Amino acid sequence: MAEQNIPVGSTTAGSIAVAAESTVATRMSAPPSYDVADFPVPHGREEEWRFTPLERLRGLHDGTAVATGEGLKVVVEAPEGVTVENVGRDDARLGKAGTPVDRVAAQAYSAFEQASVVTVPKETVLTEPIRIAVHGEGGTAFGHQVIELGAFAEALVVIDHTGDAVLAANIDYVLGDGAKLTVVSVQDWDDKAVHVAQHNALVGRDASFKSVVVTFGGDVVRLHPRVSYTGPGGEAELFGLYFTDAGQHQEHRLLVDHNTPHCRSHVVYKGALQGEGAHAVWIGDVLIEAKAEGTDTYEMNRNLVLTDGSRVDSVPNLEIETGEIVGAGHASTTGRFDDEQLFYLMARGIPEHEARRLVVRGFFAELVQQIGVPDIEERLLVKIEEELEAAVA
Amino acid sequence: MATLEIRDLHVTVEADNATKEILKGVDLTVKQGETHAIMGPNGSGKSTLAYSLAGHPKYTVTGGTVTLDGEDVLAMSVDERARAGLFLAMQYPVEVPGVSVSNFLRTSATAVRGEAPKLRTWVKEVKENMERLHMDPSFAERNVNEGFSGGEKKRHEILQLELLKPQVAILDETDSGLDVDALRIVSEGVNRVRETGETGTLLITHYTRILRYIKPDFVHVFSGGRIVESGGPELADKLENEGYEAYTKGGVSA
Repeated sequence: MAEQNIPVGSTTAGSIAVAAESTVATRMSAPPSYDVADFPVPHGREEEWRFTPLERLRGLHDGTAVATGEGLKVVVEAPEGVTVENVGRDDARLGKAGTPVDRVAAQAYSAFEQASVVTVPKETVLTEPIRIAVHGEGGTAFGHQVIELGAFAEALVVIDHTGDAVLAANIDYVLGDGAKLTVVSVQDWDDKAVHVAQHNALVGRDASFKSVVVTFGGDVVRLHPRVSYTGPGGEAELFGLYFTDAGQHQEHRLLVDHNTPHCRSHVVYKGALQGEGAHAVWIGDVLIEAKAEGTDTYEMNRNLVLTDGSRVDSVPNLEIETGEIVGAGHASTTGRFDDEQLFYLMARGIPEHEARRLVVRGFFAELVQQIGVPDIEERLLVKIEEELEAAVA
Repeated sequence: MATLEIRDLHVTVEADNATKEILKGVDLTVKQGETHAIMGPNGSGKSTLAYSLAGHPKYTVTGGTVTLDGEDVLAMSVDERARAGLFLAMQYPVEVPGVSVSNFLRTSATAVRGEAPKLRTWVKEVKENMERLHMDPSFAERNVNEGFSGGEKKRHEILQLELLKPQVAILDETDSGLDVDALRIVSEGVNRVRETGETGTLLITHYTRILRYIKPDFVHVFSGGRIVESGGPELADKLENEGYEAYTKGGVSA
C-alpha cells in the first residue's frame, strides 16, 4: 500500500522518548483524580484535548451536562455462575483498576449514582459470553461498570452500544492471577450520539487481557483504553477497528503502563475513513517504567483514507526508562486508497465498487482474524460490508 | 474472429507538471490466434502502449482509435475492457494485502465469465493450472502478490491468463527478471493459450531471449513512440545480432 502517502492536513508522528522532559504525565493538564473539581474546564489547547471538538461534547467537559435519569438502558445477560449487581457509590470494588485521567472521566466518576458490578468467581471458565447491551433513547448518563474475574477465571464480554445518547463512563476490568478476559466493545451508535469513556484494565500475574474496540457510529466517540499490571507474566492485546464516516469524530487514546517486569503488550488499531469531515484520532502511549525489565511491547496504527476531506491524527509514543527489555516498537501509517491496487483488480474484470470492497475488506480482515471469537468476527465482517455499501453506493 | 485494431494512437502522460507525448501514432492489428512481438529499447513507449490499452488512468489518449471486434475500447472502463476480452499481464503486479489468491481468482473469473464458476470444476481447474505452472497449492491461500518472488508474480499472471482465456493477451515484459527455468515454465503457459487458437498475443519485450520459447508470427520494432519496422521472425534475429542502435540513432529520444 502507498503508506508513505499522508493526506494533506493529517499528522502521523512518532516518538521514542528516553527520560525526556515531556512525558505523558507532564503533558496532562492535571494528575489523575476521581474528583471532577481537580480538573480545570478544558479550553481545547491542552495536549489531551487538542484533537477533540469540545463544542460537540454536549457539555460533558464543562459540567453543564446533566443526567436525565432515563433515556439509556443497560441490560446485562450473564451465564450461570456469574454475579451481576447494582451497587452504590461507596462500594469498595469501584475504581480499583484505574483513576480518571481527564475531566470527562472524572465527571463520570463524580456523577454516577449506581454502578454495575459483574463478577466471575475464581476458576470459573465460562463457555457463553456475558452480554451487556447499552441502548440510548436520547438520554444523558454517567456510568460505571466493573468486570472482575477471580484467579484463573475465563470470560468473554461483549458490550454493545446502540441508539442515541450522551454518555460518559468508566469501565474497570480487574483480572485475578492467571485469568483470561476478552472484551469486545462495539460502538454502533446512531449519528448524534456522544460517548466518552475510560477503560481501565488491571492485569494480574500471568493473566491475559484482550480488548477489541470497534467504533462505527456516533457523532463524537472518545475512548481511553488503559492497561496496567499487578504482577509479572501479564499479557495485554488491544485491537481496534474504526470506520469513520463523514462528520464523525472517533478518537482512541491508548495507554499501556508497563509498571511490572516481564509483561507483554500488543496493540493493533486499524481504521478506514470516508467522507467530508471524517476525523480519526489515535494516540498510542506506552510507558516502560524503570522497574519493568523484560517488557515486550509493540503498537501499530494503520489508517486507510478512502475519500478526500477526511483527516487522521495518529501519534504513537513510547517512553522507555529501562533498556533491559525484550522488545519495544511502534508503527503508524496513513495511506490513501491505492489506485494501483484498484487498477490491478479492475484489469481482471472486477467492477470498481467490488474492487474497493475487496481492498478494504482485506485491510481489516487481518485484524478481524486475530479476534479469535468466530461469531464476533463474522458480525464485524458483515458490519464492514454494510459500511462499504453505504460508502460506494 | 476477434481482432484488436489500433489506429494512429497518441498518448500523453503528466510528468513534472508537463504533458509529455509518449505514443506518437501507433498502428497495429492483432487477430485471434496471431502472436505479435513488440520489441524496443527502454523508454520507447512499449509499456505505455500496454497500459494505455488496459486503460490505466495515468495515461491520456489524445488521438486515434482502439477497437476490439469493432467495439470502441477507449470508451470502456478498465474492468469493461477486461470483460470484453483484453488481458494485460503486468510487469510489476501490485500487492493486495488481505485478499487471498483463491478469492481474487474466483472473483475475477466470475466477473469475466459473467457467472460464478461451479465450485467443484473450478477448484479442479485452478489446481491443474497451478500444477502446470509448478505452483505449490499453498499459493492459493497467500495474499495477492504479497511477498511473492519475481518468478512467482509472473507465474501468477500467467495463471490468470490461462484461467481467463482472453481474446487478446498483452504480455508486458513478462520475461524480465526470470531465470531460465521460470522463463520456460511461463512460456509454456503462454504457448498453451496460443495453441488454442482463440487468443491473439501481444508480446512486449526488451530481449529476444523469450522468443526462443514463444515463436512470434510478426515482429515489430518500437522506437520513439511508434512502430518503426515490422517483419517476420527474422527481424528478431536481426535485433539479436545488431541491437536497437539502428533505430535509436537519429534523434529519437529514449
